[in-house]
Amino acid sequence: MPPPPDRPSRRLTVWLGVVPFLLFALLFLILPTLQIVTGAFRTPDGGVTLQNIRGLMTPSILGALTISLRLSLVTAFLGCAIGLILAAAVTRGGLPGWLRATTMTFSGVASNFAGVPLAFAFIATLGRLGLLTVILRDWFGVNLMAVGFNLISFTGLALAYLYFQIPLMVLIITPALDGLRKDWREAAESLGASGAQYWRMVALPVLGPSLIGTFALLFANAFGAVATAMALTGSSLSILPIILFAQIRGDVLQDPYLGYAVAFAMIVVTGVANLIYVTLRARAERWQK
Amino acid sequence: MKAQRLVSWIIFAFGAAYFLLPLIGTVEFSLRARRGVYSLDAYRNVLSDPQFRDTLTYSFVLAILTIVLGVLIVAPTAFWVRLKLPALRPVVEFITLMPLVIPPIVIVFGYIRMYNTSSALPLLGSATGSDILLMCGYATLSLPYMYRAIDTGLRAIDVPTLTEAAQSLGAGWITILARVILPNILTAILSGAFLTFAIVIGEYVLAALLNRPAFGPYMVWMGSNKAYEPAALAVVAFAITWMAMGLIQLVSRFSKQTQARR
Repeated sequence: MPPPPDRPSRRLTVWLGVVPFLLFALLFLILPTLQIVTGAFRTPDGGVTLQNIRGLMTPSILGALTISLRLSLVTAFLGCAIGLILAAAVTRGGLPGWLRATTMTFSGVASNFAGVPLAFAFIATLGRLGLLTVILRDWFGVNLMAVGFNLISFTGLALAYLYFQIPLMVLIITPALDGLRKDWREAAESLGASGAQYWRMVALPVLGPSLIGTFALLFANAFGAVATAMALTGSSLSILPIILFAQIRGDVLQDPYLGYAVAFAMIVVTGVANLIYVTLRARAERWQK
Repeated sequence: MKAQRLVSWIIFAFGAAYFLLPLIGTVEFSLRARRGVYSLDAYRNVLSDPQFRDTLTYSFVLAILTIVLGVLIVAPTAFWVRLKLPALRPVVEFITLMPLVIPPIVIVFGYIRMYNTSSALPLLGSATGSDILLMCGYATLSLPYMYRAIDTGLRAIDVPTLTEAAQSLGAGWITILARVILPNILTAILSGAFLTFAIVIGEYVLAALLNRPAFGPYMVWMGSNKAYEPAALAVVAFAITWMAMGLIQLVSRFSKQTQARR
């Protein structure tokens, strides 16, 4: 029996339904990204080259990349560690239930409170005339500047980044903590395990993929952030996104194609981090069924 | 057990201190504009600054337009993929997650290369064109949140049955989407919308690099030129974020109640 005559055109109409979306994604997401990626391998007259990528090996760009990587690693690690401890205290530390709900709601807000206002909040608290700086000076006689603390520095920026890193960790890890079943703990205890042994030999291995996956996500999150750093340090701390920002504004590298290479390097780093996150999340979900 | 609870309380107290101190510090700082006494001078200065009103209005209007554009793009697609093209789902999902992987600064760099004045589509040649580009950029940034919100909403309803019922009553596709599907996933759309709003209202990088007079660049400009006004702006921005998040909670709670009543 021959197929109904209207079949092929029907097929086509079905695909028409997603055309607006695909067109939008192509114009404002995929093609612009490809422009950058191809630009990283082009010479000004259109030839193909690896010279731009090699150009990344200059001390100033490598230095910025190192600071960016360090900042992302440190804030991702501390964000994961502190977030885990906080989430564990709130979910299974015997605290009242409303504290848990409050913490989750607040985490939802704080993880979205990145950018310019976050920088202002830290300047108002730990800056030269900030609330905490003044309290420490007037009440406890501690001069933060004299101790060597400076908000406009690596430490200061890391402290500010943790304000959105820790809540993000709390949001992601709490479901995983809920997935740790009570009977596992009881089984471990009936076999004579101590609390520390339970965490080391049962809970952490189960949480492992979640932890490393979230670490990768937090890493990418910090690596791509610009606004907080811009508003907090101006351009005195050159992390990679700030170099790129200055390059887009005024071609500070004096080579537009080197700018594409810097952007390409950023895609590679965040891409790898996200790949790790996605892969490990799939493994982590096995335990949460 | 008692020791464990004590440790938990101590951990929580440290966390609360770290998260609340910057908020208290900001409010306190914003009140310090007049020497020796607390006053609302910083807020008065900010509110009477025409730039404040202009940039906030600009970002507000842009946020609304971004939400409309985002819903128009995402809702029909998510509906269609669920109903007719389930095989395409992983592809669509992957595309909607891309803005989380590619840093916004790289996306906007691509825009500047692709839509400059000497390109085939010179959107950056005019103010209106730049506004449209910024709106599309924001819709792109909000794609992951919008898609996830709407897709979750669609999962909760029986899309094929509703569609067939509407079709058997003679409804066309637009009627089905606008009068059957959208009302049923309204709470999901609203939570995606408020999240988009919170992202757009204070965004800095895209607006600054496309040279648009938005609230984010205005805040940075204030930050490098004034002492106490930035703290007041941070309080305003934080209040807006809280409001958007609070509305999400409110909307989802409200929808749970109406569902329970049914």
